[in-house]
Amino acid sequence: MDGMGMPPAGATPAMGGRAEAGEQVFLTLTVAGQGCAVPVLLVRDVLGPQAITRIPLAPPEVAGSLNLRGRIVTAVDLRLRLGLPARPPGAVAMSVVVDQGGELYSLLVDEVGEVIPLPAARFEPNPPTLDPLWREVSRGVHRQEDRLLIALEVERVLAIG
Amino acid sequence: MDDLLADFLTETHEGLTALDSALVRLERTPDDQPTLSEVFRLVHTIKGTCGFLGLSRLEAVAHAAENVLGRYRDGTLPVTAGGITLILSALDRVKEIVAGLEATGAEPAGEDAPLIAALNAAAEGQVEAAAALPAEAAADPAPEQGGALAAQTIRVSVEVLEDLMTLVSELVLTRNQLLQLARVHQSDAFAVPLQRLSHITSDLQEGVMKTRMQPIGNAWAKLPRLVRDLGHELGKKIDLDMRGAQTELDRQVLELIRDPLTHMVRNSGDHGLETPAERRAAGKPETGRITLNAYHEGGHIIIEIGDDGRGLPVDRIRAKALANGLATEAELAQMSEREILRFIFAPGFSTAQQVTSVSGRGVGMDVVKTNIEKIGGTVELASKEGRGATFTIKIPLTLAIVSALIVEAGGERFALPQIGVVELVRVGGGQDGAPRIERIKDTPVLRLRDRLLPLVSLAGLLRLVPPGDAATEGFVAVMQVGGQAFGIILDRVFDTEEIVVKPVAPILRHVTMFSGNTILGDGSVIMILDPNGIGRAAGVGLDAGGAEDRRATPAAGLRSDRSTSLLLFRAGEGAPKAVPLGLVARLEDIPAERIEMSGTTPVVQYRGGLMPLVSVAPGWTRPDAAARQAVLVFTENDRAMGLMVEEILDVIDERLVIQPGSGRPGFIGSAVVAGRVTEVIDTAHWLAQAGEDWFRTPRPAATGAARPRVLLVEDSAFFRHLVVPGLAAAGYDVAAVENPAIALRLREEGVPFDAVISDIEMPEMDGIAFAEALRAGGPWSAVPLIALSSRTDPADIARGRDAGFTDYVGKYDRDALLQSLRDCLAAPVAA
Repeated sequence: MDGMGMPPAGATPAMGGRAEAGEQVFLTLTVAGQGCAVPVLLVRDVLGPQAITRIPLAPPEVAGSLNLRGRIVTAVDLRLRLGLPARPPGAVAMSVVVDQGGELYSLLVDEVGEVIPLPAARFEPNPPTLDPLWREVSRGVHRQEDRLLIALEVERVLAIG
Repeated sequence: MDDLLADFLTETHEGLTALDSALVRLERTPDDQPTLSEVFRLVHTIKGTCGFLGLSRLEAVAHAAENVLGRYRDGTLPVTAGGITLILSALDRVKEIVAGLEATGAEPAGEDAPLIAALNAAAEGQVEAAAALPAEAAADPAPEQGGALAAQTIRVSVEVLEDLMTLVSELVLTRNQLLQLARVHQSDAFAVPLQRLSHITSDLQEGVMKTRMQPIGNAWAKLPRLVRDLGHELGKKIDLDMRGAQTELDRQVLELIRDPLTHMVRNSGDHGLETPAERRAAGKPETGRITLNAYHEGGHIIIEIGDDGRGLPVDRIRAKALANGLATEAELAQMSEREILRFIFAPGFSTAQQVTSVSGRGVGMDVVKTNIEKIGGTVELASKEGRGATFTIKIPLTLAIVSALIVEAGGERFALPQIGVVELVRVGGGQDGAPRIERIKDTPVLRLRDRLLPLVSLAGLLRLVPPGDAATEGFVAVMQVGGQAFGIILDRVFDTEEIVVKPVAPILRHVTMFSGNTILGDGSVIMILDPNGIGRAAGVGLDAGGAEDRRATPAAGLRSDRSTSLLLFRAGEGAPKAVPLGLVARLEDIPAERIEMSGTTPVVQYRGGLMPLVSVAPGWTRPDAAARQAVLVFTENDRAMGLMVEEILDVIDERLVIQPGSGRPGFIGSAVVAGRVTEVIDTAHWLAQAGEDWFRTPRPAATGAARPRVLLVEDSAFFRHLVVPGLAAAGYDVAAVENPAIALRLREEGVPFDAVISDIEMPEMDGIAFAEALRAGGPWSAVPLIALSSRTDPADIARGRDAGFTDYVGKYDRDALLQSLRDCLAAPVAA
């Protein structure tokens, strides 16, 4: 678990003054009350509620696909992916569109927060007692004053099926 | 100028440009191996293509330059500035010739001998000779780069086209929104410009799509010449038959399959086809044929490469696989021929006994397979020794435009590619006479004209509704996929739309029911159904192996050990009926008015005689005068009888598992045929109904005092019922027993027979042991003994004869059996 939460090599020179060494910029989101974060460099778009086409026979966490300006984006419901209860009826989901190996995926979340740099120093490795499902998709926990953020490893989140 | 030459010129221009800079690089870093290899490859390509096109001047110059470069590459000659200069001047000469070629379509006249001599001298290591290079050659100004022709085509990276495509899709969506708005707001001022915008957008969309599509014929253009040259080189006569050259294909895919295709055609010509002498000896026309066929099928492009040559040598492949350690002997023994053939796709596998200049150089079928799989395709192989081999390449349409039906099932919309849809049938809806979905247990079927169509419920298959909860109203899309027909039950059908197939996300690749997805004109995403996947998922006979496994449960019932062609028909109440097709001479549809009554028996005038008719269903009444009566005709010599049935349903090859019936006269029992319970009729019973004299008529075989007595030993009741009536009808007095033990008991009891017919594979005592027991002594030791078996390999026949069988007849070849009986009885075994 050494180096957990350290920024990957070549992080964000474009972030200029905001991202100093030892920091990586994340987009925070909320899924069933749990704070999460994804590297902002992977994020292509944040969308409001979308018309999503269901895909029969797909894994349950695949909510369907949607049209993002002519590109087909596969939507993954983060609640179901993380083993959390399904979104209550009537509640709307936000789409965080991420790029994974040239393919676009939409992570369905409850709320989208802000773009913030997370200093590496405040990262903790995953507690060993963490749910194995979460351990698999989390690259570490970030301590904030009021809450804990799970930094999601997007590649693992999308390793479905 | 023909396409081939134009292609060549474009390629050569590119090659020459690359060569110039590479050579300059080489001069600076003479030991740079990658650069050397690149230069060599470029020159080699130019030379190779010249050879094809018969450009002798170009070929000679390029060849001489290649020789020098080859020595450089192998390290047998140091790279020198003089040498490079020489090569550059050779390239200038090439450019000069190419320019002439472009202007006139033919090579200009010129003298290359001094240049070639200098190059050859350089290749021999006489670098100084380079200095003696005729000044005029070196000083020749190279013509301007890229002539008029080269400017006509440009290469654009696929990425640019992809981006264009995305932009156009967005434009289409925006246009659609505008149109929607204009409709709502009734603003006439915008109507005309909007119309124009709409048309231009459509044209633009089409144009961008077209940039990626090319007819597959482009990849084939060079093949006729290649095959012709191949024929010359190998002394073979080869016809190349190309079909479906207009089938359009994504350009990128086309590029990727060009080489595999060429390689496979070469293989067919080299390994597949025989020499004219061999073909004559095999009784085939001297000229061999290579067939290329391309077509769209169910969201895929299928390309077949076939030849009518000698086929693949299964034994050699098996031996080679063993020698190469690809499989153990035990594994090989369990493999089907098909699996063994697939070894040719293993790396480094070549059974060519001699490496010809054409193929067999280790760049083999494994490369072909890898290249095809890289683009998500598959390659299948079918081969028959002595008859030829066919490779079938199946490539998904990664980005192709297909026409699709937009349909709805279980509340979701899907696109169903129109390729493969034969027709749409509206079902249910309450009208009388409208086709309706019927169920056999839970299996939905549709009566479609004269056949029963198996149906699958799309909503059920995609688990959008609970199983068995399928609709009875809606539409059935009748599909034809790979020779199999089936219907897909849909709730609604909207319209057709031209769609762009986009691959599904990698995390969804395992869902085989979809071939891709697309965005409709209204901006919504929709999944594209894959008819092949649906057929497979529904088990509609696409995978015969699995289907057989399901049916081959050896229950308490009687079984025949191979599939039998069965004629299915409906007659009277209850399940459909079946009769072995082999017993039926003809099917007739007789106008009811031609049916006459002879006493209480209906008859019909048939082929110059009176044919008695018997109805399978009790209480037959003559149909209306205008109606027609379906009749199965059974014949024996010049006599015929007809079995009247209500409707002929189908002919099906089925492995029969007969459950003994209730003892109802006229039926042997019931069996599951095509997934449905079917009653198998007892032909003997019905033939006897046709008249007392049906079996009694003296037959040629029976002239003389008594009818020959024949004993049939057969464990399968089905075959007993099949064989006995046939023999009886031919005038034999037949007794049938179900195992050799009973037969031997009859022997002990002293019952005489003139001939014995026995099955080979039987439980406990088999036919071989039975024959040995008979021949060992006793009253039947000299009786003619005929084996009746489905195993008719020469080895089996030899085994049978060794055991004491007089003759060996395939199961069930009725004529052969009768002939064999006649022969045996005419000339009793002297033994």
